[in-house]
Amino acid sequence: MSYAKSTFRHPNLKVNDIGLTYRDYEGVVSTLCAGCGHDSISAAIVHACAELSLPPHKIAKMSGIGCSSKAPNYFLGRSHGFNSVHGRMPSVTTGANIANKDLTYLAMSGDGDTASIGLGQFAHVIRRRLNMVYMVANNGVYGLTKGQLAATSDKGARNKAGDISPFNEIDLCVMALQLGASFVARCFSGDRQQLVSILKAAISHEGFAFIDIISPCVTFNNQANSKRSYDYVQQHISTAAISDFVPVKDEISCDLPAGNYDDICLHDGSLIRLYKSDENFKCDDKLHAINMIEKHKVKNQILTGLLYVNPAIDTYHEVNQTSDTPLNQLREDVLCPGQRVLSSINESFR
Amino acid sequence: MKKTDVNTYQHYLKVVDCQQACPAHTPVPEYIRLITQQRYSDAYMLNWQSNVFPGILGRVCDRPCEPACRRTRVEDKAVAICRLKRVTADYKEDITERLPKAPKRQNGKRIALVGAGPASLTVARDLLPLGYQIDMFERDAKAGGMMRSQIPQFRLPHDVLDEELNYILDMGVNGYFNHPIDSLENLLNKNYDAVFIGTGAPKGRHLPLPGYDDCQLDIKIGIDWLSGVSFEHISEAPKRVVVLGGGNTAMDCCRTAKRLGATDVKVLVRSSFEAMKASPWEKEDAMAEEIAIMPNHSPLEYKRNDDGSIQIAFEKVISSYDKSNNRTLTPTGEIVKVDCDLVLVAIGQDTSFPWIERDIGLKFNDWSQPILNKLTLQSTLPQVFFGGDSAFGPENIITAVAHGHKAAISIDLFCHGKQPENRPDSDFNLISQKMGMHEWRYDNQIEHHQRLAVPHIDWQQASQQLATEVELGFDEQLALQEAQRCLNCDIQTVFTESKCIECSACEDICPLDCINFIDDIHKSGDANTLLAGKLRVEKATPEQDYFISDKLHTGHIMVKDEDLCVHCGLCAERCPTGAWDMQKLILSNIEATIK
Repeated sequence: MSYAKSTFRHPNLKVNDIGLTYRDYEGVVSTLCAGCGHDSISAAIVHACAELSLPPHKIAKMSGIGCSSKAPNYFLGRSHGFNSVHGRMPSVTTGANIANKDLTYLAMSGDGDTASIGLGQFAHVIRRRLNMVYMVANNGVYGLTKGQLAATSDKGARNKAGDISPFNEIDLCVMALQLGASFVARCFSGDRQQLVSILKAAISHEGFAFIDIISPCVTFNNQANSKRSYDYVQQHISTAAISDFVPVKDEISCDLPAGNYDDICLHDGSLIRLYKSDENFKCDDKLHAINMIEKHKVKNQILTGLLYVNPAIDTYHEVNQTSDTPLNQLREDVLCPGQRVLSSINESFR
Repeated sequence: MKKTDVNTYQHYLKVVDCQQACPAHTPVPEYIRLITQQRYSDAYMLNWQSNVFPGILGRVCDRPCEPACRRTRVEDKAVAICRLKRVTADYKEDITERLPKAPKRQNGKRIALVGAGPASLTVARDLLPLGYQIDMFERDAKAGGMMRSQIPQFRLPHDVLDEELNYILDMGVNGYFNHPIDSLENLLNKNYDAVFIGTGAPKGRHLPLPGYDDCQLDIKIGIDWLSGVSFEHISEAPKRVVVLGGGNTAMDCCRTAKRLGATDVKVLVRSSFEAMKASPWEKEDAMAEEIAIMPNHSPLEYKRNDDGSIQIAFEKVISSYDKSNNRTLTPTGEIVKVDCDLVLVAIGQDTSFPWIERDIGLKFNDWSQPILNKLTLQSTLPQVFFGGDSAFGPENIITAVAHGHKAAISIDLFCHGKQPENRPDSDFNLISQKMGMHEWRYDNQIEHHQRLAVPHIDWQQASQQLATEVELGFDEQLALQEAQRCLNCDIQTVFTESKCIECSACEDICPLDCINFIDDIHKSGDANTLLAGKLRVEKATPEQDYFISDKLHTGHIMVKDEDLCVHCGLCAERCPTGAWDMQKLILSNIEATIK
């Protein structure tokens, strides 16, 4: 078993604006099962961050427990990270975010960590409009404990051991839409191009960005009757609009392929350009998005792509008027103003 | 796109850069792997099978394998392939029992070999075990050809040479030494079933500038002079020696002159230093022995000085290259005069066939070279074959060996009434190296340390002793360390389309970005043009081809750029279905792969 990649590099690797190649954004070699969809997500994150020229030390990787939550070790090896308690990643991220709003928070969670033990935390972090990217690596099973069915499995789905899921599934995208997430997308780990451009858009989006990523469990949920297998997803995937991310620095060229597209301008001036395969598709309407998701389900299709975005919504910091300066940069006398200020606060409650 | 043809070994052999570059297709990675297992005798025999003279070539080979080495594309320096070959010879046990023997009953066919150099000896080695009677005719007193007469002992000791020549001679060659052939017609009249001519390129070129007649006595042809030293007719050199020419013969001349007592040795060459034909390491060694190499000097005339010495006038030139790499030497007008007592001319050598009658049906071209079938080395006289330098002009030892193998196959076919053009081919096999989930039968960890230098004796001491070998060779520890640098290019990445589930694990793990999954391209044409701009990273060098798969489930194709693959096996380790496997290429009959 190999524990390290060769440090030899292709001489023609692209260098980004801060002089790094994508390999500078890699983590250690994965110990997940060979062929795990999560590794594909890790690679997409590596490429997205490299292409956005994010300084690695300005990123924090947040996770809970599970195969998904192990994954942050396998990307962004030079960034900060916090591997928290099962299902409690949203609280830890909230704390971190309040203390330092200058970091990019990339949260990696799984179907168990989010849709079961962490469902309450998931709901509230959306409600709180935290500025973060919340990814769920969704494979429909608990891979780390050998493949029990997860709450995101469709009713009637069978796992490798033959158990049938007797209950309705939790659709995390629908939940996120209902609870007020300002950026909601569904992706497939096997569609790298789409995943990277949506990740870049999600990172650039100011507000809570949720991406549900279907990520096949190659060991416990890739059998013939699975609806989360590589084969099944590849055959049943449907994309309403292929999104392309245009960063601020790039001029929008006029020789883009002709066709039906919408441009959505993000907070920082970058653009999401959507090439629509379905003319009626719009991604500024929550109800429409929920409708589309459900309609595709009836047709046994998995709708992927950017489903909803609202680029102009106040985030947690704006609502709560929290400190603009990260707490670690505040002088001690500002951070702890002392007895006199405390007394005046107490006085205001009398 | 058109799927890469993997039903033949061509694609896979090309991936093994060193083996492909070696004229004799020596299975380099396999013998280096045997070294790492300290199986030196096995490594030696594997070499011996394909290149016949591992101990000799491990010292004096031109090393076409090393510039080809994959390592030069991912870091600066190649694996020290040549010196590792010497290691197999240095550390082997007695292998005489493992050598093939001539059968007691011969097959009744008689073959004459003219010359006893590497080409002829290879033919002898290949044909003796098949039952042929081999008569070898050599003008010198001993076998070896230019390996003995032109390569000085401080690079190739005679005991090393004799050991490997004797392996072949002792198989039962009928050697006729001090026996120059002065008429091919007479030889043909002796009713040999076939004649092989491996007489090399024995005629050194003169440089008859103005003043030559006056100085003639002290102007020697380099290779003749070296031969005189080798056979001990010459044992000293005057104080000041000038060598004209910039090839390996020039390097051997200057270093030999130093050892025979010359104190002021200069090499003057018309070309630039970089364009000199000598191998870089030969130039380095000469300079380490305090020999002055003076490039960009074009000789004009010789003059006999009053004190009996010779003065050579040179004009300094500037060499420049046009777009098609043609060299122009522009004179600068600056004249440089060099005094010396002996001039050694090493500006090239030619074949020489005054002993082949021109009316016996053996045709020559306009440059007095025999007209040969390049595939079979057969001349226009069907029973006469050529090889080594005599076939197409001066090359090197390893090319002569390759010619020997080719000619032996041709002679064998010819003697059995078959067409030499209808050649046998090699069988190939790909053997999976998988041992467990993530365990391989080869060491797949990439070693990142730099090339190790071969130890040598003290340079001051070196330039005083003619018969003391300068290089000491790797000691065992250095050898094992250097051997680890080999990238195992013969362990092929083999791809099975039907097993691939397109999870992209291989694409992501590959440290050199070789693997791509892209939309199929429905056009025909050159793969480089079709794939431009479609892959993860632009191709780095044109050395290697793409490995292109059939269509996968989703209609994508897998395209692997073989250029920089370091054969680490990570693609196969991270593949959940075994669509990638690491498989060792084994060619059953290496000689037949030489085309």
